[in-house]
Amino acid sequence: MAKKSGRGSNRATPSSYDFGGSWSPSEIELTRRTARKARNRKSALIAVLSSFLVLGTLGLVLVTSPGWETLRNTFFKWAYGVEILPKILLGFTTNATLTVIAGTSVALIGLAIALLRTSRSPALTPFRLLATVYVDVFRGIPMLLVILLVGFGVPALEIKGLTNNVLILGTLAVIITYSAYVAEVIRSGILTVHPSQRAAARSLGLSNFQTLRHVVLPQALKRVTPPLLNDLVALIKDTGLVSILGVTDAVRAAQIQTAKTFNYTPYVMAAIIFLLVTIPLTRWTDRMLRNSYERENAVGQA
Amino acid sequence: MSHPVLQLDKVRKSFGSEVVLEDISFTVLEHKATVFIGASGSGKSTLLRCINLLDQIDDGQILLDGADISAVDISPDQVREKLGMVFQSFNLFPHMTVLENVILAPTKVQKVAKDKAIDEALELLKKFGLNEKADQYPDRLSGGQQQRVAIIRSLARHPRLLLLDEITSALDPVLVNEVLSTVRDLKSEGMTMVLATHEMGFAKQVADELCYLHQGRILESGEPKKILESPKKSQTREFLRRLHQAGRL
Ligand SMILES: Nc1ncnc2c1ncn2[C@@H]1O[C@H](COP(=O)(O)OP(=O)(O)OP(=O)(O)O)[C@@H](O)[C@H]1O
Ligand SMILES: [Mg+2]
Repeated sequence: MAKKSGRGSNRATPSSYDFGGSWSPSEIELTRRTARKARNRKSALIAVLSSFLVLGTLGLVLVTSPGWETLRNTFFKWAYGVEILPKILLGFTTNATLTVIAGTSVALIGLAIALLRTSRSPALTPFRLLATVYVDVFRGIPMLLVILLVGFGVPALEIKGLTNNVLILGTLAVIITYSAYVAEVIRSGILTVHPSQRAAARSLGLSNFQTLRHVVLPQALKRVTPPLLNDLVALIKDTGLVSILGVTDAVRAAQIQTAKTFNYTPYVMAAIIFLLVTIPLTRWTDRMLRNSYERENAVGQA
Repeated sequence: MSHPVLQLDKVRKSFGSEVVLEDISFTVLEHKATVFIGASGSGKSTLLRCINLLDQIDDGQILLDGADISAVDISPDQVREKLGMVFQSFNLFPHMTVLENVILAPTKVQKVAKDKAIDEALELLKKFGLNEKADQYPDRLSGGQQQRVAIIRSLARHPRLLLLDEITSALDPVLVNEVLSTVRDLKSEGMTMVLATHEMGFAKQVADELCYLHQGRILESGEPKKILESPKKSQTREFLRRLHQAGRL
């Protein structure tokens, strides 16, 4: 994995393209380069033209359609949107906090469950069984149901000392569900580390735990970082589901505004706020995924 | 006087109903090298893995410096601290630089101070002409360089005994020599070794004792020259004849 090159950076890397002597491209290479440049210019031109044509037509159809005025007034009333924006932003801080708290807990719990499920220690057998059941169950239930069950079900128990705070209960439900997803992702990462890596570590005298800590986990986590980031994006969105419990997050704040005016612009505003966070994260994940794919392939050819 | 570093006595190993090693007995004296040759599937790797306690034997005994390491109350981690093992497929850790690969066991297992471990590692790398590569990741090295790093990694812990499993068979013919000469250097420095190899020329040079393994049994063993030039058993002759045909002798 060609990442940063440790101490003293690349002092060992020879300037690999310097073959000494003064090379200048041959006639045939120059022709090739000119041809390549011309081809690239043509591709770019075609891309721009077709984009204008397609998007322009779509826009025109939309704007000239008979319902456009109503549509704009119901969903895209910008002045109104800006007016209620602070309320929705305030609601979004709940989503953000929830993401941070749930995200951290999920990472830790998911990792613990993944380790438990991949361990072979006989003493842990009952826990391994429980973990398997847990993962199977919570990966198979819609999260909305878990939120309803925990958010409304736990207070119904009327147990003293247990919180009735819907925000805490909602967060708990999110953590329970996502830990099951994330555990599976991490576990699959651990399983993809080749057994020979383990054998090499053990033959060096590393203990089981040291092998896990220094050899298996670093490689596994690196491999599952892109899918985990995907889960993070999903988590950010899904924090909106706790609004069903009455938690005033961005979704609920928008709902309250919409209920007052019967105008749907607050929903659109909330959507835009979510997009502003999730789209950069998605792009970044995409790039990481592409990079790691290219790296693995480069290793294959080495 | 050399004394025995490794002794195997009637070792047997099976996977399910398939017996892979049977009645394996031999002794490796200090500073000596014992080389195993034999067809693919004859049990060479399994034998080395058993010595390293990566696989559990079914019967017999393995003694390391006179101590029974096949006893149930022995801690494999402590045994492996005395053994170096190099695999056919290098198995360097891809997420660590060459230097990090080499110092991992000394710092984590033997708890050597990091500075000291680094100094020693750099010295070893330098000795084998790899100090330039200390900060590179394994995927930037040639196969031969990777395998030499793997050897150095196992040397950094000052093992009593080095186990080398077909360490050149994943390499281009051109790269084989640099790895073999590394092993020859170690031999001349007095390292005790057990090797499995398909390189007969090398086996002849480095072996003090050569064992021909056939379907899990040592069919013939002794001085390498004798076995390679005038094998007694028909199976050994057949094996050598096939190697000869394949141009590997
Ligand atoms: N973990 C295992 N489970 C079941 N059978 C195994 C296992 N490991 C090895 N074997 C079997 O043991 C036999 C010996 O394998 P081994 O890898 O020791 O041969 P080898 O002499 O090293 O061969 P090669 O020269 O191809 O490396 C083979 O028939 C193999 O199928
Ligand atoms: Mg083998």
